[in-house]
Amino acid sequence: MIDYKNVLTTCPYCGTGCALHLQVLDEKLVGVLPAKNHVVSEGGLCIKGWNVHAFVNHPDRLTTPLIRKNGKLEEATWDEALTLIADKFGEVKTASGPDSVAILTSAKCTNEENYLLQKFARAVIGTNNVDHCARL
Amino acid sequence: MTNSIPEFETDTNCFLIIGSNTSEGHPLIATRVLKAQKRGAKVIVLDPRKNQIGHWADIFHTFRPGSDVAIFNGLMNVIISESLQDEAFIAERTEDFEALKTLVAEYTPEKVAEISGIPADVIREIARTYAKGKPAAILYAMGITQHTTGVDNVKSTSNLAMLCGNMGILGGGVNPLRGQNNVQGACDMGGLPNVYPGYQAVTIPEVQKKFQDAWGSAGPLTVGMTVTEMLHATQEGKVRALYVMGENPMVSDPDLNHVRHCLEQTEFLVVQDIFLTETAEMAHVVLPGTSFAEKDGTFSNTERRVQRVRQAIKPVGDAKEDWIIICELARKMGASGFDFQSAQAVMEEINKLTPSYGGITYERLEELGSLQWPCPTVDHPGTPYLHKGKFSRGLGKFFALEFKEPNELPNDEYPFTLTTGRLMFHFHTGSMTRRSKKLDSEVPEAYVEINVKDAGKIGLNGHKRVRVTSRRGEIELGVRITDDIKRGVVFIPFHFAEAAANKLTNSAIDPVAKIPEYKVCAVKVEVF
Ligand code: SF4
Repeated sequence: MIDYKNVLTTCPYCGTGCALHLQVLDEKLVGVLPAKNHVVSEGGLCIKGWNVHAFVNHPDRLTTPLIRKNGKLEEATWDEALTLIADKFGEVKTASGPDSVAILTSAKCTNEENYLLQKFARAVIGTNNVDHCARL
Repeated sequence: MTNSIPEFETDTNCFLIIGSNTSEGHPLIATRVLKAQKRGAKVIVLDPRKNQIGHWADIFHTFRPGSDVAIFNGLMNVIISESLQDEAFIAERTEDFEALKTLVAEYTPEKVAEISGIPADVIREIARTYAKGKPAAILYAMGITQHTTGVDNVKSTSNLAMLCGNMGILGGGVNPLRGQNNVQGACDMGGLPNVYPGYQAVTIPEVQKKFQDAWGSAGPLTVGMTVTEMLHATQEGKVRALYVMGENPMVSDPDLNHVRHCLEQTEFLVVQDIFLTETAEMAHVVLPGTSFAEKDGTFSNTERRVQRVRQAIKPVGDAKEDWIIICELARKMGASGFDFQSAQAVMEEINKLTPSYGGITYERLEELGSLQWPCPTVDHPGTPYLHKGKFSRGLGKFFALEFKEPNELPNDEYPFTLTTGRLMFHFHTGSMTRRSKKLDSEVPEAYVEINVKDAGKIGLNGHKRVRVTSRRGEIELGVRITDDIKRGVVFIPFHFAEAAANKLTNSAIDPVAKIPEYKVCAVKVEVF
C-alpha cells in the first residue's frame, strides 16, 4: 500500500509567510504544492518555496547528539549529552552567577520553541541574557 | 509591519521602497507591488544597486549607502515647503512637529543631493509622488536597519509616513520586511534581552512578578546582553556558557574573525541545529534539532500573521523536536513547568501570558488559517493594520534627526564602500539552500558586484577572481561587472561561508538597537 498525504504548512524561508503543502510519500518528503486559497501566497511560491523539501532529508543532517572528546566531536546518547549540559550550566550558574550563561534563540524556530527557550533562560537559569541573530 | 501584504495589491497608491531588494528577498511581496502598479500605483525604489524591482520602478535612483536620514529629511523638506503635508493628521495625532519642521528646513534638496548622490530634482519628484500618492506605503528591509544609525533611519520612515497621514490607514504605513521566516515571532516571544513575551519590559517590577507567579521564577530586573555583547563577554570570561539554538553566528555575524576568536574562548558552547554548521563545528556539545517539516508549532510572518507549522514526517534519525529538547533539558536541571505534551499546550501558556497573543489558539488557527496580532481574546478578529485612530503611545512623536556619517568611510587605502545582501536563490547563511541542488546550481559561489567604470579604473576587466580586503579581513571570490551598481560601491551576497562577506564587515553598532553596520564598510578590490 502506498501511504501518501499532503500536509499544509508554512514556508520556512523568508518573512512573507507563504503557505504550502508538503507531499509525503511513505514518510519521505517528495515535493511541494502551493496553497491555492491562501491569503498571502494565493497559490504562488518563489523558487525557494518550491524547493523547501530538498534540504530536509539531506545526508548532512545531524541525527545524533555529539560531545567533544579529546578535541573531536563524537557520537553520544541523548542522556549523556543532556546530563553534561545540565551539569555544566548548573556549575557555571552556581560558581559565577546566572548572568555567566547566555542563550541565543532562533528566527528559524517556532514561536513555541522561542517561548520555551527564553522561559528556560529566565526561569531556570535566571538571566535575561537571551537574544537572537535577527537584528543581524 | 504596520500594515498587511494583501493591502498592497488592493489599496496602496504609492510605494516607497528603500533598502529592500524586494524581488529577491521577498518575491511574493514584490508580486503584489507589481500587481498594484498595473492598476496605476506608483513605485519608487531607492537602493545603492539597481535591483530587479528597481528596473520595474516608476522612479529609481541609487544613493550613497548610509545617507538615509538625509534623504528622508530632504523629502520632508520638499513636502513642507510645498505644503503637501497632512495638516489635520499632524494636528490631531502627532506631537513635536515644530522641531521636525525647523530641522528639515536645513535639508534642502541641493544639500541632500550632495550627501546622497540623488539629484535635487529627483528628490523633489519623489517627495511629490509620495505626498500625493495616499495611501502610500513605505517598505524597507535590512538596508535601513543595519547601520550605526539604524534606529534613526527607522524613525525617519515613520516621520515621513506621519507627515503625510499615512499611518493607521489601509494600504499605508511603515513596513519592515523581515528577512527570516520567524524573526517577528522570535521577538514577539521575548527572544530579546529587554522584554518578556509580548514586549513586556524586564525592568518593570509588576511584569517580573507576573512571570514569577506564572513560572515560579523569573529573570532579574536588569536588561541582559545582546548577541554582540555576549560574544565580547565570552572573551573576558564574563560569559562562560553559551547555548545557541538554530543560529549560525559564524556566518551571519559581522567581523567573523572576531566571532571565531570569541567562540574559541567560550568555555562551554552548546549548539542545537539540523546541520553541523560552522558554529556547531566549534561546539562542545551538539544537539540534533528538527526542521519545520518534522514538528508542530507556529510562525509569525512579517505582517504579524500567526500561522501553523504542521509535522509532515517524523524527526530524522535520532533528532528531536527542538521544543522537546528544551523541555527535557529543563527537567534534567530539576525545573518544573516544562511538562508540555504538545506544541499546542505551549501555545496555551503563551495565550495566558502574552496579551497580544491572548486569542491566538490552535482551534482558531485551524478554523481561520491565520490571525494577526494584536488579538487579545478568542472573539477578537485580529488586526490587519496598526495605529487606527490612535497610536499605542497616544500621540505619534516626530523625531528631529540630524544626518550622521557611517562609522567607516572610504579613504585612499580602502576606496570602495562595501554593502551586503541576499540573493533570490539562497537563504541567510546558506545552510539549507546550499544543500538544495536546484538552488545551489543557480548561484553556486560567491562574487562581488562592481560598477563597470570602477572595474576599468582598477584594471579588473578580463579577470575572473579578485581579492576584497577591509581593515578586518580579506576574502577571494568571483567578480561581476555591471552598470546597475553605484560607482564607488561594491556588493557581496552574504550566503557563502567560504568567502564570507562578514569577514569584512564592521561590527560597529547602533547605540540603541545594537545592530551592526553590515551595510557600510570601506574595502579595497584587487586582482591577483
Ligand atoms: S515561498 Fe518564497 S516568498 Fe514565499 S515565504 Fe517562501 S521564500 Fe518567502
